[in-house]
Amino acid sequence: MKYVDEFRNKKLIEKLVKKIKTATPTDKINIMEVCGTHTQSFFRFGLDKLLPANLKLIAGPGCPVCVSPQEYIDQAIQLAQDEGNLILTFGDMLRIPGTKSTLEKERAKKGNVRIIYSALDSLSFAYRNPGKNVIFLAVGFETTAPTIALSIIQARKENLKNLFFFSSLKLIPPAMDYLVQDKRLKLSGFLCPGHVSCIIGTKSYAFIPRRYKIGCCIAGFEPLDVLEGIYFLMQQIVNHKPCVQNQYMRAVNAQGNLKAHKIISRVFKITDASWRGLGRIPKSGLKIKNEFQRFDAEKNFSFCHEPRATSHEPRKCRCGDILKGLISPADCPLFSKICRPDHPIGPCMVSHEGACNAHYRYR
Amino acid sequence: MCLGIPMKIKSINGKLAQVEAEQLLRTINIQMLPKIKIGDYVIVHAGFAIEKVDPKRAEETLRLVDEIR
Repeated sequence: MKYVDEFRNKKLIEKLVKKIKTATPTDKINIMEVCGTHTQSFFRFGLDKLLPANLKLIAGPGCPVCVSPQEYIDQAIQLAQDEGNLILTFGDMLRIPGTKSTLEKERAKKGNVRIIYSALDSLSFAYRNPGKNVIFLAVGFETTAPTIALSIIQARKENLKNLFFFSSLKLIPPAMDYLVQDKRLKLSGFLCPGHVSCIIGTKSYAFIPRRYKIGCCIAGFEPLDVLEGIYFLMQQIVNHKPCVQNQYMRAVNAQGNLKAHKIISRVFKITDASWRGLGRIPKSGLKIKNEFQRFDAEKNFSFCHEPRATSHEPRKCRCGDILKGLISPADCPLFSKICRPDHPIGPCMVSHEGACNAHYRYR
Repeated sequence: MCLGIPMKIKSINGKLAQVEAEQLLRTINIQMLPKIKIGDYVIVHAGFAIEKVDPKRAEETLRLVDEIR
């Protein structure tokens, strides 16, 4: 088994779709898929069109690039404007519009922004550029956090003096806690992210059914995975038994990856964090502990405070409301008109995981 | 971006392992999975193996779908 084709079996998909149709109650059901890759799976495989019309899928805040606040992007751009710095980033960050520029534009001017695939690559960049401050833009969720932490631990072992990490790492359950309380969303269930759950385990969601009587199902990314996840949620709704179910049991367990937990807590401390669209959420971010502060870009570089010139922000851009799940991309006046993947105005159109980008490409 | 395609461990060398999926070969870090063996399938995120894929549980998932009446 290679764990791909088996989960794309057309006959089983058809069967599951029929079952979902009979299991779905007739009233309006809102399910939030928290993870950007789930959003992408629904569109890419055309699964959204197979579901009953009253079952609405709402894209959640699970695209790390999309939820990085404007202030973080502006600070990253400031760092890139200093020729003594070499900025390393995951590719999606390049085109996120800051208040006045983007990392892509800065790269065109100075050539000091590079895309890397893994945080560990930052170490070799630091070795190869001894005269530069090499700064990695650490964005992501619980899945990415241990990879950044291991890179920081390794950088300390190798006594690297010119490598820094600028953390905007975020935690998913606190964002779900925030969203579930927004009465406007009328959520009936969460489809929980597969790979974040590999790290944090099913137990991390237990507070949602317990406190809010709303069900959760962790699902994988193949068509059968997401459809089975939806089916489980429909059963929970019909039976009035909200709980945490694990469809992705081939990769997710109750506790998560305990080694990863240790690595994360060795390097990071939990702090409040700003999310684009959602605002400040208590205990939803990770910052580098003092013990590792010589690798912390926030402690080693100064940022001039740019006035939050709202006039510079694209006022008609509705990414904030899209990230909250209040509107769908097509409801934004800029969508597909002036905001397109080749000319993004807001972050949700930049990343492949962004709700607007996925809508544009597959609808 | 979560890559949902599990990759198979071809060889292990300390903290690193060679993995493959179809024609793609990569070197990944396996520090988060101390008990991994050659032939195992793993979920890879940004150059790190984050979890082993359990074949029995994968089969059980497929069986459950098949059994839904």
